[in-house]
Amino acid sequence: MNNKISFREVVKTYPMKDTTFNALDRVSLDIADREFVTVVGPSGCGKSTLMGMAAGLVQPTAGEVLVDGVPVTGPGPDRGVIFQQYALFPWLTVRKNVEFGLRLAALPAGERRLRAERAIELVGLSDFADALPKTLSGGMKQRCAIARAYAVNPQVLLMDEPFGALDALTRVQLQDQLLHTWSQEQRTVMFITHDVDEAVYLARRVVVMAARPGRVQTVIEVDLPYPRTEEMRLSAEFGQIRNEVWHSVYHQAAPAA
Amino acid sequence: MSVVTVPEKTSAATAVRRGARRPRAIVLNLVAVAIGLAGWTLLSSVGVQGLPGPVEVAARAGELTLDGTLLQDVLASLRRVLLGFALGTLLAIPVGFLMGWYGTARGLLEPYVQFFRTIPPLAIIPLAIVLMGIGEVPKVFVIFLAAFLSSVVATFQGVVGVDSTLINAARVLGASDRVIFLKVVVPASTPFILVGMRIGLGSAWGTLVAAELIAAQEGLGFRMQQAQLYYDLSTIFVGLIAIGVLGLVMDRLLLLTERRLTGWQERR
Ligand SMILES: Nc1ncnc2c1ncn2[C@@H]1O[C@H](COP(=O)(O)OP(=O)(O)O)[C@@H](O)[C@H]1O
Ligand SMILES: [Mg+2]
Repeated sequence: MNNKISFREVVKTYPMKDTTFNALDRVSLDIADREFVTVVGPSGCGKSTLMGMAAGLVQPTAGEVLVDGVPVTGPGPDRGVIFQQYALFPWLTVRKNVEFGLRLAALPAGERRLRAERAIELVGLSDFADALPKTLSGGMKQRCAIARAYAVNPQVLLMDEPFGALDALTRVQLQDQLLHTWSQEQRTVMFITHDVDEAVYLARRVVVMAARPGRVQTVIEVDLPYPRTEEMRLSAEFGQIRNEVWHSVYHQAAPAA
Repeated sequence: MSVVTVPEKTSAATAVRRGARRPRAIVLNLVAVAIGLAGWTLLSSVGVQGLPGPVEVAARAGELTLDGTLLQDVLASLRRVLLGFALGTLLAIPVGFLMGWYGTARGLLEPYVQFFRTIPPLAIIPLAIVLMGIGEVPKVFVIFLAAFLSSVVATFQGVVGVDSTLINAARVLGASDRVIFLKVVVPASTPFILVGMRIGLGSAWGTLVAAELIAAQEGLGFRMQQAQLYYDLSTIFVGLIAIGVLGLVMDRLLLLTERRLTGWQERR
């Protein structure tokens, strides 16, 4: 069995005033080991909820999430999570932020420093290792958050619209950097985005979700080889896949009340 | 990397803006003080009944300093306020954390905190005197109460307001509840606690003087009360100015501590 993450008929309902709100309705999805999957869908369709379940931050109402065949019961350092709002500890320097998870893993100081150093270097923040987050630009903050996740060496990366708040140029740079690291370390990546271009550029498969109730609409294979290059974005194949994803996101059949 | 802010530059600029104030502002402040003194002199010389001028007040301050009364009063007042404030804050912080972190503690304590918050600490004085006599205890107690109530609410709100994304970020890195509390909740609520302490100190100071007006053998409030009996306006002014200056100094010291401890905050 080579499924890294399996969502099995997961349901999430939130109690409302006089009814319950169906955030996710029996969603099943398998993500293979070392696969790069992106998830797109209209806002409120349950993308963050789905990822939260894999992270162990959200309990499914029904169904289960398996990671390596084992049901998820809570968060753990085997799954790194990167949030859209960066979520850096503002009172810690870049280095201390990156070392946060390593301290929890009770690594010896030397090893900890080395691993933090490597992670910081990987994201190109070495010159800012001792800077506080408030002095960093948005892109640098997200690099720091990525370094913090990389440092504990998780097998799975869960990324919730990580580049959503960044300017277009920074976003493209971080996409390329992410793919580059992924091609070397081959982690399993589940990446949420609302940017169709980004979804297609990064993924081997794009999962398109629909809202009310939140569910998987389609899964679209991206038949483009890695490494992806900026030229590919302009190719006809890319354009065709992007159109397909776009269509399936924005021309979803009206939900049955 | 594309557009990056250079951190050294940014923080240096912020430090200049916050630390050493611009000379223009200082000049304006001095001008304001000079105008105030001039106005005061004018009022007292054109004969507002019995109003002493700055020179008279300064002379009286000199006398009170030389015979040691002023220092004695200042120390007596400071001792009360610092003791009450320290006790109040020391108790408020753990209680505030308990209320913010445990729903049960919140449910049990909140009615009391909210209720006592609506009673001005001064209103407790009669009760405190009856129960605790007229010594130091009732005064320190009232100050303690004033400081406690401001700090406990601020701490509680700080804990409740901790960004849940930060807590999640710690959890996914493997943090236990204990680690989350110590490494995330405590630092994240520090700014709130310090603001609460500043408010608490202000309210403690105000309560102190009033408490001394009622029953004391020494202290700035007591001295002014005595002076009132003899229509000694100069002494009253000395007392008022001492209270203002000391309050300002203590507030600034806390503000400095706050800046030092919470300099990591993004300021907009
Ligand atoms: N704690 C909650 N209580 C009630 N409703 C919630 C809660 N969290 C999420 N929801 C609702 O569930 C739906 C899915 O949310 P989310 O997973 O954040 O969507 P997405 O990330 O796709 O925008 C939204 O309609 C949201 O309002
Ligand atoms: Mg979301």
